[in-house]
Amino acid sequence: MRNLKKLGAAVAGCLISASTAFAEGYPVAAGSGAPPAVRDPAAGWDHLWREVIIDITIIGVVFALITAWLLWRYRHRPGNETGHAPKLSAAAAVAWVVIPTFVFLADDLYIAANGWHLWNVYREVPADRLEISLETGMYSFDYTYPNGLRTQNELKVPAGKPVLLRMTSRDTLHNHFIPDFRVKEDSMPGRITYLWFLPKEAGKQHVVSCAAYCGVMHSYMASKIVVLSPEDYKAWYDKEGAKLNEMKSAAEQTKAMPAKKS
Amino acid sequence: MNIKEWIFTTDHKRVGILYLIGSMAAFAVAGVMAMMMRIELSSLGPTITANPTTYNVWLYSHGAIMILAFQIPALTGFFANFCIPLMIGAKDVAFPRVNALSVWLFYVGVILALLTFFVPDPPDVMWTGYPPYSTITTGNTAFYTFTVLILGFASIIGGVNFLTTVVYMRAPGMGWTKLNIFVWCTLGAFVLQLIFVPVLGTAVTLISLDKYLGTHFFDPTNGGDVLTYQNLFWFYSHPAVYVIFLPFFGVLFEIVATFARNRVFNYKMVVFGGIFGIVALAGVVWVHHLYVSGMADWLRIGMMVTTLMISVPVGLMLIGLVGTLYKGSISFETPMLYASGVMFLFLIGGLTGIPLAVPSLTVHLARTYYVVGHFHYVMAVAGTFSIFAGVYYWFPKFTGRMYNEFWGKLGFWITFVGTNMVFWTMMDIGVQGMPRRYYDYAQFPQFVSAHQFMTLGSIILGIGFVIAVVNWIVGAIRGPKAGDNPWGSHSLEWTTVSPPPHGNWPSPPSVAENWTPYGYDKP
Repeated sequence: MRNLKKLGAAVAGCLISASTAFAEGYPVAAGSGAPPAVRDPAAGWDHLWREVIIDITIIGVVFALITAWLLWRYRHRPGNETGHAPKLSAAAAVAWVVIPTFVFLADDLYIAANGWHLWNVYREVPADRLEISLETGMYSFDYTYPNGLRTQNELKVPAGKPVLLRMTSRDTLHNHFIPDFRVKEDSMPGRITYLWFLPKEAGKQHVVSCAAYCGVMHSYMASKIVVLSPEDYKAWYDKEGAKLNEMKSAAEQTKAMPAKKS
Repeated sequence: MNIKEWIFTTDHKRVGILYLIGSMAAFAVAGVMAMMMRIELSSLGPTITANPTTYNVWLYSHGAIMILAFQIPALTGFFANFCIPLMIGAKDVAFPRVNALSVWLFYVGVILALLTFFVPDPPDVMWTGYPPYSTITTGNTAFYTFTVLILGFASIIGGVNFLTTVVYMRAPGMGWTKLNIFVWCTLGAFVLQLIFVPVLGTAVTLISLDKYLGTHFFDPTNGGDVLTYQNLFWFYSHPAVYVIFLPFFGVLFEIVATFARNRVFNYKMVVFGGIFGIVALAGVVWVHHLYVSGMADWLRIGMMVTTLMISVPVGLMLIGLVGTLYKGSISFETPMLYASGVMFLFLIGGLTGIPLAVPSLTVHLARTYYVVGHFHYVMAVAGTFSIFAGVYYWFPKFTGRMYNEFWGKLGFWITFVGTNMVFWTMMDIGVQGMPRRYYDYAQFPQFVSAHQFMTLGSIILGIGFVIAVVNWIVGAIRGPKAGDNPWGSHSLEWTTVSPPPHGNWPSPPSVAENWTPYGYDKP
């Protein structure tokens, strides 16, 4: 009876912690005060991965040990020519279905709840963010910054600010895969997809590779993310932006001039 | 031996053996492709070919041939053809000539798949054939379409045939709960084939229409949608995993019950929980292949739950398989050695699938070597080991002769070491970010030594498979006579002579009231 009470308390505890986990996944209601801290999906990934690996390792080791023991214990020996497993009673047969089903389902739903929670982190982009639009093509990643600045196969971002990529493709499927940030998503013609990540350490470079088979040079389609300190980033961004404006006005002048002549 | 008799045969056993020869030839070719890829990847930059397209063609043919021309035909062609009529006590299948047509079509499909290497612009679209690439490539996508259509059609008419056979042609007294587990598993697989192959046929046909006739099914600039294809494709191709999984688990059940000389543990749980559960869930989990393809969020979350739920029927089947060992009398001849190996290695393959069911984990894991390692543990290790176990197990029945036990066991251990070297390492570098389908990996120089280790492993595993196949060929030609029932099995296929004559039994068998194929405790 005491054990039963303990079990009940444990189940209630699990339910309460699970419900808070769900609640965390939703955006904070407007007017609740300070903006919520940005949660790093990559850190969440590492945490969930460790949890799931421990989970499946336990299941695997238990099954493997039982199998090994059965193979050893009931090996063929003289005087033991046929097996003699008892026929299961109806109750035992049903129990062997129901109990494992509940155990497996409980584990499945535990993983599903945690996976869903992390999924919300991956799909809800913090409001304070740098928005980049990305067009992929055979075989390059073309980024466009909010001020119209374009870069190819290199993305400079400030440390500590969430970066949102809105992606589409000129030709075939491509995929912007950043192993260090534990994120990838396809880009394709006719649809806009998105992903976001949180660059943390200034001075670091992160490999980007294409992870959707896109043609002959698929394995050479690569890019990199260069994380700058916020000050360095602002200096670079303003300088390039100014250059871009100069070029734009120069281009407009040259366009306007021939019109005057004729 | 008369060649003409073999080509025009309508005997289910000969049709089955034709399926075995064809699928093993396909296995050999696709295996050579795998070796070529492994050698290519053993160093950075070009190793044996400087042309990425050559590598992509190897990769395409390895995937397409292994799945469509080796695993599915070996399991639902050879094993189903050879074993089902014998197991249910029938003289032949319901439609023997349709059966012959099915194996002819299969050979047309295999030849078409092998012609890939001789046409000027071979297909380089991967076995998935995703548009838009498959509709704009210079590669010959039509080869892909026709290979899939013909092999699919061969499989569908086989499915009709076997469903009819099992429903109408069971021996007198053989009720539904007296069927061998293998028969139930294969029935489940054929139900899946009949429901889902037409969808695959539609998908690949639309690809060719888009490419050659200028339609716009998958062309977004004209109102099409590229995601439609991926949905259609995986709506078949995920159930295809169970078309492979169910029969190979059936083979394992037959072998484990025979070598443990024991009844199957909780038969009804395995059939009505395991097999029925898998058939029921097979069609509602396909989006887990599209977790990073830009699908709607609610679909990704919904199919996470259904995908995780697959662990229930699969778990019940595994409990049934392992439970069959309980209080058995287990001997370890070669077939049982392979089956025991699968009981451990399938755990790795199945459990590493659980992270892949969770969308928030696949954002990192999808499209990496982790996925490749995972599905090779399921298909190339558990699936192929089971096929080899089954061929060894029924070898005395279909040839009448015995293979060499020593070389059989040696082949197993060599393959066991090789597969783990290759596929465990794949999962390891996949978690660290190595993307799949890469001809070269200049951005990931840290994986060179891992790739070299895998190349070594693939050579070891290749040697193991070659030993097994040579063992069969030598055994079939000049092995010692095996006798009718060398394993002492109670199942019906062992009650006739080896090899069984045309018509299988001199007089049709019937089974007693208390007979089951696993009744080892009865005298």
